Order: sequence, then C-alpha cells, then structure tokens
Amino acid sequence: MDLFEYQARDLFEVGGVPVLPGRVASTPEQAVAAASQIGTPVVVVKAQVKTGGRGKAGGVKLARSPQEAGERAAEILGLDIRGHRVEQVMVAAGADIAEEYYFSLLLDRSTGGYLAMCSREGGVDIETLAVERPEALVRTPIDPLVGLDAAAAAQIVSAAGFDAADQQAIADVLVKLGRVYVDNDATLVEVNPLVKTGAGAIIALDGKITLDDNADFRHPEWRHYADSAGSDPLELRAKEKGLNYVKLDGTVGVIGNGAGLVMSTLDVVAAAGDALPGKPRPANFLDIGGGASASVMADGLEIILADPQVRVVLVNVFGGITACSEVAKGIRDALAMLGDKASKPIVVRLDGNAVEIGRHMLIEAALPLVELADTMDEAARRAAELAAD
Amino acid sequence: MSVWLDFNSKVIVQGMTGSEGHKHTQRMVDAGTWVVAGVTPGKGGQSIKFEEDPVPVFNTVAEAKAATGANTSVIFVPAPHTKAAVFEAIDAGLDLVVVITEGVAVADTAEFVAHARRTGRTRVIGPNCPGLISPGKSNVGIIPPNIAGPGPIGLISKSGTLTYQMMFELRDLGFSSAVGIGGDPVNGTSHIDVLAAFEADPETRAIVLIGEIGGDAEERAAAYIAEHVTKPVVAYVAGFTAPVGRTMGHAGAIVTGSAGTAAAKKAAFEAVGVRVGRTPSETANLVRQVVAELG
Repeated sequence: MDLFEYQARDLFEVGGVPVLPGRVASTPEQAVAAASQIGTPVVVVKAQVKTGGRGKAGGVKLARSPQEAGERAAEILGLDIRGHRVEQVMVAAGADIAEEYYFSLLLDRSTGGYLAMCSREGGVDIETLAVERPEALVRTPIDPLVGLDAAAAAQIVSAAGFDAADQQAIADVLVKLGRVYVDNDATLVEVNPLVKTGAGAIIALDGKITLDDNADFRHPEWRHYADSAGSDPLELRAKEKGLNYVKLDGTVGVIGNGAGLVMSTLDVVAAAGDALPGKPRPANFLDIGGGASASVMADGLEIILADPQVRVVLVNVFGGITACSEVAKGIRDALAMLGDKASKPIVVRLDGNAVEIGRHMLIEAALPLVELADTMDEAARRAAELAAD
Repeated sequence: MSVWLDFNSKVIVQGMTGSEGHKHTQRMVDAGTWVVAGVTPGKGGQSIKFEEDPVPVFNTVAEAKAATGANTSVIFVPAPHTKAAVFEAIDAGLDLVVVITEGVAVADTAEFVAHARRTGRTRVIGPNCPGLISPGKSNVGIIPPNIAGPGPIGLISKSGTLTYQMMFELRDLGFSSAVGIGGDPVNGTSHIDVLAAFEADPETRAIVLIGEIGGDAEERAAAYIAEHVTKPVVAYVAGFTAPVGRTMGHAGAIVTGSAGTAAAKKAAFEAVGVRVGRTPSETANLVRQVVAELG
C-alpha cells in the first residue's frame, strides 16, 4: 500500500526525521487556515496523489499569503494527475533550499535484502539519473538482520561524496529513515529531495512510503490509511468479501483458484479471443484462493455476475486443496439464490481434488446456464465464443 | 535421484496440531511421506495418529530432531509466528525447511532468508509456496500427490495451481521433482537454485520453468540458463493480460532494470534459446518435443 506524502511526512516526524511543518487540506478554506497556522512568509501547496509527475502537471504551487494558499489550493484540488483526481493538498512551510539530494531504502527482490540508494543530485527524476549517470547514484546493500545502522550510513554518505562537514548530519538522518523503514514494515522509503537549507539543516522535503500489506497483522494503526477513493465499486465489494478481485475492461468474467492459474486463464482467454469478432477479453481477475468453500465460490460468482460488462463467466479450477465438489456446490447455490437475475452463461472447467463429484453434481443439477468443458483451453475457447460479437 | 527430497527424507511438521497442519500431514502420510514428528510449542508429549503409527509431538524442533533424526521440516504455522518457526528450524540444523504459510511479512522473510544464508546449512523453500514433490518418493507441502507419477521432467514454479495444471498437462511424462518456490517478493530458493539442482540431477532430462509477472527473477534465470544449463528448458510466463503497476514500486523498477512484464520475461527467455509456450498446454507440447528430440 502506498501512502500519501503527508502520511509519509507524519511518519518521518514520529521517527525523528527532520521535516517542515505541513498540514493537509481538502478545501480552499482549510488551506487558508493551514497556511495561517504554519505562519511562514511562503508556503507550498502540493497535490496529494499517489503518482509521480505532479510538479509538471501543475500540482505544486508557491503562495505568499494564506489567501493566496487558498487560491492555489482551489486551482489544484480536482486536477487530474495521470488518472488520479486530487482530493487533498498539503500546505507546507516554504524551504530555503541550498542543495537537493536523493535517498531511498527499499526491498531488493533480486537479493532478498534491502538496498539503500543515495545521490548528491536529488530533486530530479531519479530513473533518468540512474540511466544517464549511474555513477552518481550510490547503491549500498543493507543486511536485513542488521538494518541501516551508523556504520552503513557512514559508508553511504562517504561513497555518495557529500562534503565532509555535512556527512555526520546526513548519516544521522539516514539512520532515522532506516528505522522508519523497519518500524513501519515498509518496502520503500524514498526522500526526493532530501535538502540542505541555507542554514545547513538537513530536511526531508518530500516523502514516499510503501507499506507491506502482509504486515498489517502487527499494524492496527494502518486502518486509518484505508483509501477507497477511486476504487471500482465491484473491487470494494470483493474486498469486503475477502476476495482477490481486479476489474479489467473485457467481457469474459473469470474465476479461478490460485493467482498463477487465474493469470494464466486470463492469458488463455485473451489468446482465444484474438481470433474472434470483437476480440473478447477478460473482464476481471478473481482468485478464490486455496481451499475455498461453496460460499466463497458463490460470493465470487455473484460479484462477477453483477458486472454489467460481463457477457459470459469462465470458472477454471484445478483443485489442490480446493475441492471441485465445493466449487460445484457454490455455483449451484449462487444460481439458486440469484434466480432470474442470473442470465449469463457459465462455462466450467474442473480438475483435481474431487473432480468426479463436482462434475457429477453439476450434471445432476441440470442448470441451463452451466456448460462443462473438459480442458482449460476448450473452456477458454468456448467462453470467448460466447462473448464474441 | 531427485531434487532435495527422496525416500530418506525424514520430515517434521511445524504446526501439525493446527487445523491446516493436521489436514496436510494426513495427506502427506497418505502420499507416503516419512513424517516422523510434529512440533507445537506447549503441546510436547502428545502423539497424533495418522495411520497405524502415532506421530509424536515435541515442543521444539531441536527436541524433535534429536529424537527422530529428522532432516526436513514443513511449516504450517500462522504468518505472525512463521519467522520464529523458521529461525528455530535453521538453528536446529535441518537441511531443508519448506514454508507453506501465506501472508508472511516480507521483512520477516528477508530476515529468515538472511539467517539461512549466514548459517550456510539450511535450504529454505517458500514462503507462500505449495512445497515440493518427488513423485513416488516423498511429498512435502500441499501438492496433490496423484496428479502425475515419476518421470524425466523437473518443474520449477512460483505458483501452486499452475504447478498442478502443468503436472496434469505432462502426466504422460512424469516428474523427477516439482518445486514450488512461492510467489512472494523474497523467496528462500530462487529459480536459479532449482535450475542448478536439476542440472546436477541425473534423473532430470528436461526442465519446465513457470514464471509470472513482477521482479526480475525470470530474466536472471534466463541469463543463468545461457551460462550454466545444458539440459533443455521450456518456459511459461503467466500474466500477459494482468494489469501492470498495481504492486510495482517506483524505485523498485530502477533496481530491477525491467518493468517485470510478461513480455519482457518471454523475450529474455527467447533471447537465450529457451522456448516459451503461450498457454500451459502449448508449453506441455514444447516439453514433449524437446524430450522427443533427446531420443
């Protein structure tokens, strides 16, 4: 889960990382009040969106009075930045920037450890810097059993070539950012820019934090970060039911068990659809997970049938823990419950655990909407045909 | 031969007294796996009957190992306790630890993987994996034992159900071992580790590698195959139509040097001469072809 900048700023503050005063506002009036409370001659009004490029999109503006902060907020609120509508701004104290640096600490999937990246040349697009001048970006592996300690921080600031006089102050901030990373179960903490002010203070001027969703069991406070704005209503409903569902733009609803098999099913449907009129494509990703019961299956089917774009549903299950008999029961129950509201054909492919029972149950039930297929390929082809123009 | 798991593997189940652990221990015992002990802190001294022979429960892995000579553990404990369970198994000096648990915090995984590397003895597979099977010999984890029998194919996969699907597609040939490395961002065992093991295993004649979007493990596996693998490899990559950008971090993409897309992974395999199937069934046909070419 990505956090907004203001949420990252707050976590930095809690962790002792130096930040400037900043307040979040969702109306121009709140922005005026925030600027008054901050009280500096210049404030910055920054769009709060979970994407980059907001500066270029007009999402960051200076204001020299609270009144002006309100006007800038009115301009920024409601903007569309790379598909993200701006619902909130952060009003922050203006900074007297002497130098801009870059720092990030992240999970490095290729080593299974952490990686610190640091550059004297911050404030720029770091991906561009990494490609054009890789030597300017210092990469330091961090041992997960040790963390970013004082020794690692000293090594980083030395390798990045900071002035000797600044090294200790910067290293202290890096150690604190390392603690923010660990204490919050982050997979990314990025500060761009980390600045030195005219007075020589080191301050995190912007922040990006990504949290590890798997660690939510030890972070009850993450409830406050729940961010449903912009989510698809069907995705929200699926989430309430504990289902792993992603809305896509096609017409073939897909339900399967296991993320890999469902992803593969989407691909096979798309490949089958390529040859057909209207090129039908998958309408969603829905993984009912391992060992799903009939009620989980029924919930999944209900959500997909509620998608008006869906013309046909494909159920593709290879039962490992999941029993095909439960899947069959779920289909039967969902159709019984929906009654006349269910009108779309359902192509079902079952294999693995309890497959004979599952298939037999569906044949016995003689459901007019349900069609059995012998293989995954055949099921995908049939579903694509039924969805074709 | 097979990979990491054979007739001699003596298996401890950590979390055997829990519902998941109990259910899967029964399935493993039915499949012929030599389950010698369970470990659940506070429940030592009990024993649980799966067939005729009761399986003793110990409080610690060290006790279970001392009493039974076990060399392998499979972990079914809930995610909040997984890190402690894996550390315990590593510290007891087991050779193989298979972590089935899903939803482990990635920091916990990074720590136990680093700990295993530091001690240098224990191979960790997973977390969030289906385990591994050497058909006809042993089965550690949750892979259904009856999908396919023994044979010349070695299978590597991030995904559980895709492993089952591919074993099912290739049940005419059979498997030396099938290893599910798990779908989490950090795994104890990588595609490359399994490739190396299959390359060294005389029973394995051809390898099928199943990848999926995210990270750059497949790209690195392709580079490894080009340098070190002489046996034929066929690959399958899932996720061509999956939406990108829902899990990938901005700075992460810099590190990997790739967007982690299925297309990039397919291209990386094809660039080193590894054939890539568009669907599981097409992949299976490619495997049959390469095996036929071996004569």
